[in-house]
Amino acid sequence: MAAQAAPAPADDLIEVTVDGKPVKVPKGSNVLQACDAAGVDVPRFCYHQRLSIAGNCRMCLVEVEKSPKPVASCAMPAGPGMNIKTSTPLVKKAREGVMEFLLINHPLDCPICDQGGECDLQDQAMAFGSDRSRFTEVKRAVVDKNLGPLVKTVMTRCIHCTRCVRFAKEVAGVEDLGMTGRGRDSEIGTYVERMLTSELSANVIDLCPVGALTAKPSAFTFRNWELASTESVDVSDALGSAIRVDARGPEVFRVTPRLNDAINQEWISDKARFQVDALRLQRLSQPLVRGAGGGLEPATWPRALAAAAEGLARARGHELRGVAGRLADVESVVALKDLLNRLGLAGVDGADSVLLVGTDPRAEAPVLNARLRALALAGVPFASIGAPLDLTFPLLAAGDVVREGWNGFAVLADAAGTVGALDLGFVPGAGARGVAPRAVYLLGADDYEEGDVPADAFVVYQGHHGERGAARADVVLPGAAYTEKFGTYVNAEGRAQSTKAAVGPPGAARDDWKVLRALSEVMGAPLPYDTLAGVRARLAEVAPHLARRGALEPPLWLGADALGVGGAAGKPAADPLATRVTNFYQTDAISRASKTMARCVRARQNPVPGL
Amino acid sequence: MTVQVLSVASRAFATNSHDIFNIHRHEPHNNWETEFDFTKENMAKAKEILSRYPENYQASAMIPLLDLAQQQNSGFLSLAAMNRVAEVLGVAPIRVYEVATFYTMFNRSPMGRYHVMVCGTTPCMLQGAKGIYEAVSRHLGVVYGQTTPDKLFTLSEMECMGACVNAPMIAVADYSGGVEKFTYTYYEDLTPEDVVGILEDLKAGKKPKVGSQHRHNAEPSGAVADGKWVEDSPGANITLRGPPPGPYCRSA
Repeated sequence: MAAQAAPAPADDLIEVTVDGKPVKVPKGSNVLQACDAAGVDVPRFCYHQRLSIAGNCRMCLVEVEKSPKPVASCAMPAGPGMNIKTSTPLVKKAREGVMEFLLINHPLDCPICDQGGECDLQDQAMAFGSDRSRFTEVKRAVVDKNLGPLVKTVMTRCIHCTRCVRFAKEVAGVEDLGMTGRGRDSEIGTYVERMLTSELSANVIDLCPVGALTAKPSAFTFRNWELASTESVDVSDALGSAIRVDARGPEVFRVTPRLNDAINQEWISDKARFQVDALRLQRLSQPLVRGAGGGLEPATWPRALAAAAEGLARARGHELRGVAGRLADVESVVALKDLLNRLGLAGVDGADSVLLVGTDPRAEAPVLNARLRALALAGVPFASIGAPLDLTFPLLAAGDVVREGWNGFAVLADAAGTVGALDLGFVPGAGARGVAPRAVYLLGADDYEEGDVPADAFVVYQGHHGERGAARADVVLPGAAYTEKFGTYVNAEGRAQSTKAAVGPPGAARDDWKVLRALSEVMGAPLPYDTLAGVRARLAEVAPHLARRGALEPPLWLGADALGVGGAAGKPAADPLATRVTNFYQTDAISRASKTMARCVRARQNPVPGL
Repeated sequence: MTVQVLSVASRAFATNSHDIFNIHRHEPHNNWETEFDFTKENMAKAKEILSRYPENYQASAMIPLLDLAQQQNSGFLSLAAMNRVAEVLGVAPIRVYEVATFYTMFNRSPMGRYHVMVCGTTPCMLQGAKGIYEAVSRHLGVVYGQTTPDKLFTLSEMECMGACVNAPMIAVADYSGGVEKFTYTYYEDLTPEDVVGILEDLKAGKKPKVGSQHRHNAEPSGAVADGKWVEDSPGANITLRGPPPGPYCRSA
């Protein structure tokens, strides 16, 4: 694993010279890292800072004084006083030669390649390659592999950097990929046809420096220079991975990870990446009101809001209930809470041992699982209570992990909206228990308990996907999905982060807090804010830590009171403690509407054809 | 002649001359239903092999175990055999597939009883390996990578086996007797006539002369030239024209 960027003490630094410029790097760095530290760009294909070093592409050749020949800088440890040169004629010739070899068997299909425009090989061939080829023989051809519904392969383009193989082995912990054969006949693949069974598998698309591994769901649908990027936050699980949302016009085409060392490093789960096709499927794009015939009929905003206000006004006191869904942002939750006024974690990387209770991080937050795996491989003991798990790393017996003075308690929420809603105290008040609600406000809630929504209750559903909640509702108010609004989400570790709007909501749909603000006006109890800044000021009043973006916060709701410790203890559950996420690919309204996720579910039932 | 062309085309995409692909294709004799397990005796052998390596480097036993599995499995590694080796070593199956596809001496296609491998590396080639191949090919009616219809011979090309002083040579692996009776035999100093005789003997169940066909070991007594064994005239030294000189530092 690569050395992290933590500042090292001065005596652990060595000084080297790169192109005449002295630079200090931590001991144990390699020559390539020294060049990076000096701000000198060294071309590379196989080297990746989060993977082990392979040293097989030879593109990073540099000249080191007193070395008789060019050295592969990624595989050469930097020594004190080393004089590294990256712009000599020798280096230029070496790079040109390596590039010529790499291009010998690389097809000239850039015009039809999805990687075109963001291809390392293209860029580096332009920058460091020769302008002509001397190769007149026949190029090789390689059989394309079927790696499942997410990763498309064009193996003839592969340059055998083995980044994907190392990622599968070291980060994902699922050893599916390998290099078979040898010499010019070597090929990357699984040998036996099978899909990649990791929840992080699609990260190999980003790792692949050429167009050998590309996104299958979005194949041939866009060119990367047509896309406008927005930096946002993922809500497909409670980890809140940093993502970049790429859109063309009103449609989101692609989600890729952004670097965030504290949360997702540079990986995202397959669900975060590929559920976006659902953002144009099954959308609620206009207000709906249940008509006389019993069906939902399109309505104007004023009519829908009036109908909702009328229905909600029938409930008195605790007869009105609000249910926030898995994807509800903090802004809309606070607006809902304010409207229904009468109703009202620790970080993982410092852990010394980890006990997983009734949870399956591989299904609930795969990127977190990759971080846990790195900890496990570094020697931190792990154990699990509950149903048996395959987490891609070994687990110990619980007794070996829990020791005196152990502080490893954290709760892994399984939905993006959970922690934020709990932080705001969006929990049933004492008076609400035992009262059957007459009116229910579902804020994007499709996974509500049947008992929360009695058959005779008046139901308002506000959300972005037409699903269980909308089907049950008497009035449907169309809201915005996470790529269409500026919404704050609190991740499982307690970090408040904000999504950004990459596109606008479809049709007549509106920002969720705006819908609630409009409804409050109609109901005669206007909320005291008219702008997003106003909502966030109100948020800071209710939960001041939500204003501190990106910082770790201890969960407010996770006290001894909340857990009932020391008081009347809960009865031991009869069933084994198990995760609530039984199907990683389909956990919320968006991923359930996604065709890609549905294909993944089907493929997962039979990952190895014929077995 | 069309067969010849086909063999050349297929060889261009394989690690060795008898396995066409470096990926697995289900076939009637090699699929998920195919079974393989080490016999009791061979499992004991496998344990012994594993004991040669430190506890944390058990995967180092991969090549010897694959060899053992190949000998037991009539000369080729089925998917089941590779999976079983992975299981014994406690590594992911793909790590075994990588090794088995890398080395040319691991076969992933069924072999005939005798695997006839003609050396095609430079010294043998200079001494007439092409003629040896043509003789074998004409006699058996198969080209590189093919097995005779009676499943007796599989013909392959191989790289240098280190017997260059007795070039040209072939090696014949006998997979019929399992691990106990497995033999891997060199036949050296071959003329086309010699090699046909050897194949005839093997077919008849006889044991042809092992090693050089024309001299005792590798002593300087002659060489194969133009498909004929040429004896040195008595006393002649075919490699040196006089007594060997001392080191250059002493010759002055």
